[in-house]
Amino acid sequence: MIEFTFWDIVRNLLLAARWTVLLSLAAFIGGGIVGMIVLFFRIAKNTWSRRLASGYIALFQGTPLLMQLFLMFFGLPMLGLRIEPWTAAVLGLTFFASAYLAEIWRSGVDALPAGQWDAGASLGLHYLQELRLIILPQAFSITRAPTVGFLVQLIKSTALTSIIGFEELVRTSNAINNATFEPFKVYGLVALIFFAMCFPLTQYARSLEKRAAH
Amino acid sequence: MAFAWLPGAAGDIARGAATTILLIAVTTLAGTFLSILGAAGRRNGPVLLKRAIAIYVEIVRNTPFLVQLFFIFFGLPSLGIRLDPMLAAMLAMTLNMAAYTIEIVGAGLDAVPVGQTEAALSLGLRPRQVFIKIVLPQALKVIFPALTSQIVIMMLESAVVSQIAVRELTYEADMLQARTFRSFETYLVVTIVYLVLSMALRRLLVSGGRRALGAGVS
Repeated sequence: MIEFTFWDIVRNLLLAARWTVLLSLAAFIGGGIVGMIVLFFRIAKNTWSRRLASGYIALFQGTPLLMQLFLMFFGLPMLGLRIEPWTAAVLGLTFFASAYLAEIWRSGVDALPAGQWDAGASLGLHYLQELRLIILPQAFSITRAPTVGFLVQLIKSTALTSIIGFEELVRTSNAINNATFEPFKVYGLVALIFFAMCFPLTQYARSLEKRAAH
Repeated sequence: MAFAWLPGAAGDIARGAATTILLIAVTTLAGTFLSILGAAGRRNGPVLLKRAIAIYVEIVRNTPFLVQLFFIFFGLPSLGIRLDPMLAAMLAMTLNMAAYTIEIVGAGLDAVPVGQTEAALSLGLRPRQVFIKIVLPQALKVIFPALTSQIVIMMLESAVVSQIAVRELTYEADMLQARTFRSFETYLVVTIVYLVLSMALRRLLVSGGRRALGAGVS
C-alpha cells in the first residue's frame, strides 16, 4: 500500500479535475456547434427536416448517456476508426449536448412573436439574414439561463466518461480510493470539487432567470 | 454486425429490464413522497429545517449522481452503515430525485391561490386536511408534466447503478458483451430497450396522471 497524505489526495484530485474542466469545455463548444446545425434543421420550413431534427433530439433525450458513450466507444472502431477514451468521451458528450442545446434554443425561437419574422421579411432580409440579425440573437438572449443550467448538467455528466476509461476526476478518485481505502474522504472531496465547479454556475443561472423575470 | 446471440440473451435482457422498472417504480413513489414532505417543510417548517432542506437540495443538484452513488455505497460503510447494492441504488436514486422534485412540487404549491386554503379553512377543515385534500391535488396537477420528465430522466440515469453491481439492464448488457464479444450490437439492442422503456413510461405516467388527477394533465 502506498502512503497518501491528505494533501497528496487533494493535489491528485485537483490535477485530475483539469481534465473534467477541459472535457466539459470541449463538449460544450462542440455541442454548441453541432446544436446550431440541429437547430437549423429543427426550425426549417421543410417538414421532413423538422421531423429529422425532432427524431435526433428525441433519440438522445430518450436513451441513457452511458449507452451513448458505450455505442461511441465500441461503434467507431467498427467503422475502422482507432478510438481512445478521450475521443469517445468528447464525441459522445458533444452529440448529447447538441440535442439538449438545440431543444433549448428552439424554445427560444418559438417564444418570439411571428411579427419578428414578418418585420424582417418586410425589410427585405432573406431567411439567413433574418436568422442571423433578428431571430437568433433574441432567441439566445432569452435562453441564456437554461443554457447555463445545461452547462452544469454537462459538467456533472462528464463523470460517466470514467466508466469508458477516461482519466478524469471520478476515475482518478477510484484509483486513489483503491490505494488508500478511504472512500468517505475521497468521494467526499470529489463531491466538493464538483460542487465548487457547479454551484457558481447554478447561482449565475439563477440570477439570469431573475433578471429575465423582471 | 451479428445478432445470432440475441435469442439466447432475451431472458437476461428481460430480467435486467424488470429490475430497472422495479428501481424506477420504488424511486418514483419514495421520491415523490419525500419531495412532498420536503416542499411542505421548506414552506411551513422551522427555520433550521428550511435551511437543512435548502442545503440538501443544493448539494445534490450540484454533484454528479455517480459520485453520490459511490459515496453512499463505498463511503457510508466507514460510518457503520452498510447497504447491499440494490438498497444503496434505491436510496441514491430516491435522494437524487427528491432534490429535483422538491423544487418542482414547491413551484406547484406556490401556484395554488391562497384563497383555496382560506376557503377550505373557513369550511372548518383542519390544516392537514386542507393540505392533503385541497392544495396538494391542485399542485400536483400543475406540475405533472415536469414531474413526468424528471421520472423519465431518473430512469435513464439509473443505468449508472450497474457500476455498483446492481443487476439491472446495463449490468446485464455488460455481462452479455463480455460473453458474446459483440459489444456494439449488445449496447445497441439495450439502448433500443431503454428508448422503448422511456417512451412507455412517459405514456403510462401521462395516462395514469389523467385518471388520478382529472383532465388537463398533458
